[in-house]
Amino acid sequence: MLKVTDIAGGLGLDIRVSGDMHREAAGCYISDLLSDVMAHGKEGDIWITLQTHPNIVAVAVIKGLSGIIITNGRSPEPDTVRKAESENITILTTNRTTFETAGLLYNMLMAHGS
Amino acid sequence: MSYKRFIADLHIHTCLSPCAELDMTPRRIIATALKRGVDIIAVSDHNSAENAEIAVRIAEDRGITVLPAMEITSYEEAHVVALFDTIEKIAAFQEVVYKNLPDGANDERLRAYQLVVNEKDEILSFNKRLLFNATLFSLKDLVDAIHSHGGLAVASHIDREFFSVISQFGFIPEGIQFDALEISYNTKRAKADAMFGAYRSSSWITSSDAHHLDDIGRRTTAFFLEEASFEEIARAFKGERRIEWSDGVME
Repeated sequence: MLKVTDIAGGLGLDIRVSGDMHREAAGCYISDLLSDVMAHGKEGDIWITLQTHPNIVAVAVIKGLSGIIITNGRSPEPDTVRKAESENITILTTNRTTFETAGLLYNMLMAHGS
Repeated sequence: MSYKRFIADLHIHTCLSPCAELDMTPRRIIATALKRGVDIIAVSDHNSAENAEIAVRIAEDRGITVLPAMEITSYEEAHVVALFDTIEKIAAFQEVVYKNLPDGANDERLRAYQLVVNEKDEILSFNKRLLFNATLFSLKDLVDAIHSHGGLAVASHIDREFFSVISQFGFIPEGIQFDALEISYNTKRAKADAMFGAYRSSSWITSSDAHHLDDIGRRTTAFFLEEASFEEIARAFKGERRIEWSDGVME
């Protein structure tokens, strides 16, 4: 079982909003279309995206995602941070691309038998 | 023919939009717009127009024109503001938007209330649809649907890094006939001229995209029209009437 905190540590991600870091990351979904995550994201997934808009928090709440990783050196907007804090949603950031982040996370999840 | 100068703010959200403040009732929006010298507004909620009729009704005989409008999200997540001239037309359009809005309930945990209100700011109902979601329309189908229902299609805030045609496609795809392009309040005129020179043949407007009462009129567009009407704005978009805007508030 891989927790969000293990992913943050293992990938060296910056913690922008801590949320519930002890939640299990059941899997991962990658998309920059919010509606696609609404349709195909699964509960417990950690979500990798370029999006920084406050609506990403709404998507994470509705879908029960375990956290959000924003790639490519992008930063969540101040409103996004405020919403994530009040909804207890983890937001992590990295300078790596989505491809690199996904590759590292894939290996990590496979090694943990997820 | 003599033209009169009208100040327009053609992109204002009401309390029906999940992201707008709850005090954005049509009554308060119209009072604020009047106070700020705005002559024409459009109330444009996300994927719904359920507060449009009351807004139009409140504005009657108040010296301000309200266009019923809607800001629709294409499945590529580009926002488009559709302007209409009558409640009947936007109601018919809303029907097809609702048919193309994926099922999903507005989650109460988000505390993003979607209020349908009356002329006294009383809540008539809570819209339960997930209005922030994208519709199933492609951008092209969306613009075609707006036109076939008699509306005008304005590409929302093309300078924004999300939810704009340019953020989602990289450029304005050929063959999509926008009636006008909107520049957000974030971008100064000179910067817009430099960034979007390729689209100079289109009509450009700027609007507040207000989500709070205080936002109303923070950016406006001046139209030189025979009268404050949908038809005259349509002519302006075609280049038959003058449109002006700059960085500040037009007075």
